[in-house]
Amino acid sequence: MQTLLRTPLYERHVALGARMVPFAGWEMPVQYEGVIPEHRAVREDCGVFDVSHMGRFEYEGPKVPAALQALLSNDIDKVEEGGAQYTLLTNDRGGIIDDLIVYRVESGRFILIVNASNREPDFEWIMSRSGAGTDLRDKSDEFALLAVQGPRSLERLGLEDGTPFTWAMGEVAGIEVMVNRTGYTGEKGVELMVMTEDAVALWDAVVDRGATPCGLGARDTLRLEVCYPLHGNDIGPDTDAISAGLGWVCALDTEFSGVEELRRIKADGPAEKLVAFVMQDAGIPRQGMAIAEGGEVTSGSHSPMLDRGIGMGYVPATLAAPGTTLTIDVRGRPRRAEVVKKPIYKKEA
Amino acid sequence: MPAGESYPDDLRYNNEHDWARIEGDEATLGITWFAQDSLGELVHFEPPEDGTEVTKGASYGEVESVKAVSDLISPLSGTVLEVNPKVVAEPETVNEDPYGEGWLARIRLGDASEVDDLLDAAAYKAFVDEQ
Repeated sequence: MQTLLRTPLYERHVALGARMVPFAGWEMPVQYEGVIPEHRAVREDCGVFDVSHMGRFEYEGPKVPAALQALLSNDIDKVEEGGAQYTLLTNDRGGIIDDLIVYRVESGRFILIVNASNREPDFEWIMSRSGAGTDLRDKSDEFALLAVQGPRSLERLGLEDGTPFTWAMGEVAGIEVMVNRTGYTGEKGVELMVMTEDAVALWDAVVDRGATPCGLGARDTLRLEVCYPLHGNDIGPDTDAISAGLGWVCALDTEFSGVEELRRIKADGPAEKLVAFVMQDAGIPRQGMAIAEGGEVTSGSHSPMLDRGIGMGYVPATLAAPGTTLTIDVRGRPRRAEVVKKPIYKKEA
Repeated sequence: MPAGESYPDDLRYNNEHDWARIEGDEATLGITWFAQDSLGELVHFEPPEDGTEVTKGASYGEVESVKAVSDLISPLSGTVLEVNPKVVAEPETVNEDPYGEGWLARIRLGDASEVDDLLDAAAYKAFVDEQ
């Protein structure tokens, strides 16, 4: 029996009537009112998620830029102070140890926000490849992270519009926060990093301003509609970025772990590709279901916006073109799905 | 709007949170308030086909919420006469009215004596209170 960790907002979740579930070693809210109303709140107005379970590393020192260039798939030199970048921590085979966002604080000082489930392996991997002139610290417990997402999120927080993938220090309701122009929903929004002791006051202020508390259930359906991969489902140490459609975050002209393998896969063309699909027949695809034509579902759910089953999965590259019909084995019942261009859900202009 | 918690006295129940309303040699089947509340908003009903033989204690279909899928365990044996087309089209009807508009299937009873094995409302409610 493992004791589950709790974020500083645990009592708030319980008081709001959240259904709490174990997730990556944490006791987290999966839903409050319900996944569908929470999902709609984010698409139409504003929702707030407690994502304090995510890991925060601080990585500092004169040799850190070079170390990150060798560890991460994307080009760290393109990230300026005040900038952020989505990138992959890759192993020697080009597999994905984790996907993360790196924030540049100063020339030789960075913050890495990593998946909760990978906090320890990530830390060990980076530490084992960090030499003199680098200092890596896990500061996860000192901070909480609130994702405030939706078309009205900035207005509700009293923040100006900002450029995606930038950050700045700011204030919300008089509380000092790191305002990160990042998210996992496909909507306008921010992720607010706050000292642990201020987390409850910030949460209360954000909820007071009309943000709907949202759980991990809606976080998953929101990210799946816009085809953001989930590490552990759609990507992992045994899958590569090229097959996953993440070539755009791989600077193949730089030298990093596994780059040669990725160059080879890119040159040869991947044997399998991660595709998005929408069910044509009734039924909801789920992770692990077989695809009759080859491959399997890596993420599947009901799309609240399309009111249909949707999913992603690896299929032979010959079947990856939009319009291709796939047959999903839904507990013994063959159900048709159509490969679609990513993202599955696109906001009407 | 989700319905409030209730377990009507005129229904019989099994431990898998399915109910049956017995009317002569037929029964209407559905899931209880507790079942729909545990699942959350239903987004899919996988119904049996008309004419299917269902067996007491065995699955006769599935209901799914965004996060979970649940087998429907038939409280009684019989032959499917009809499934509720309203729930096929709008599964959330079950959340709104689990004992009325949200019924799932109607069957012709295969063995009326099986009814005696089911829980009455008081016994089912006591069972739910232990969950």
